[in-house]
Amino acid sequence: MAEAMLDVRVWRGAGDGAFRTYAVPRRANQTVLDVVSWIQRHLDPTLSYRFACRVGMCGSCAMSVNGVPRWTCRTHIAKVAAEGALTVAPLRNLPVIKDLAVDMAPFFAKWARARGQFDPRSGLGSEFARVPPASPERAAADAGIECIGCAVCYSACDVVAWMPEYLGPAALNRAWTLINDTRDGGRKPRLAAVAGDAGCHACHGQEGCRKHCPKSLDPSGAIAGLKRMSALAALKGEI
Amino acid sequence: MSEARSIPAWRSRMHPSWIAFLIHRLSGLALALFIPVHFWALGRIVESEAALDAVLAWSAHPLVKLAETGLVIALALHLAGGIRLLGVEFALWRGRPGAAFAGMIGFALAAGLLFLLNAVSG
Repeated sequence: MAEAMLDVRVWRGAGDGAFRTYAVPRRANQTVLDVVSWIQRHLDPTLSYRFACRVGMCGSCAMSVNGVPRWTCRTHIAKVAAEGALTVAPLRNLPVIKDLAVDMAPFFAKWARARGQFDPRSGLGSEFARVPPASPERAAADAGIECIGCAVCYSACDVVAWMPEYLGPAALNRAWTLINDTRDGGRKPRLAAVAGDAGCHACHGQEGCRKHCPKSLDPSGAIAGLKRMSALAALKGEI
Repeated sequence: MSEARSIPAWRSRMHPSWIAFLIHRLSGLALALFIPVHFWALGRIVESEAALDAVLAWSAHPLVKLAETGLVIALALHLAGGIRLLGVEFALWRGRPGAAFAGMIGFALAAGLLFLLNAVSG
């Protein structure tokens, strides 16, 4: 019996590149990352792509799979290419370095613009800060804290595509977890940073971030929280 | 460096919240386009009694009733789309987006059907 094969279209080149088709043997429990690795090891060693952990922790292997942004290490072929055809492309909304590798610098620059760094408040002392697990702030931070920085949400977001300076769901989700961190002291400047034209209020509630987040986080809920909190802060004259 | 061209993104938009967003936009556009017609009809009505009768006779036409049903559906879709957004913005409800979408469509179709039944029976 002939070996089952997959027709895989892979983006080659930079932003002005094109798709090239490869035939890859179908295997049991094969993931999209397995397919890409097979092409690189057996057909074309010049294929560029990124991965590290292979177990859904590092957030480096995200690509566009059949037009949908996904973490490729945990995306099974059986789920996305039941009919034997697969298209793999670099993430949308980010500049392409080569083939499937995008430049993540603009993505993380927006985390910095949203003041995504922890800013310890004064008076914490040398003891461990006690954060009650059941407190509403801790619950709100918990809901978004497992972000692996894969940029799937950023790639899924049409507001980012329409308004390139928009901070995007991941950076805003990060800001929301810090605002709910009772050890953090940067609440006001962070709210001011995310309340601008390209900040949380630009979100249209399409919820592509929530739909496609591989960790099942809810960045759109975080953005809505930032909208409420920044509007309240503006009314009180705090920002 | 630039972003990759010719990579279709429509598949990533095929989920309830995005479609609800699209319907909210399109119904809003339809209502905005209707407003000039609405004001034109109002302007005609206040001109004279004869003009009022002419507009009333015109509005009794089955095709106009059908168009009005479409308008009622657009209005109900836009209202429900706005309520969906308020639900997101004020964290009133964070259940499955598909359920919110189904509620939006169900409400609009029910409103349209009610209007149509009323128009036909009247």
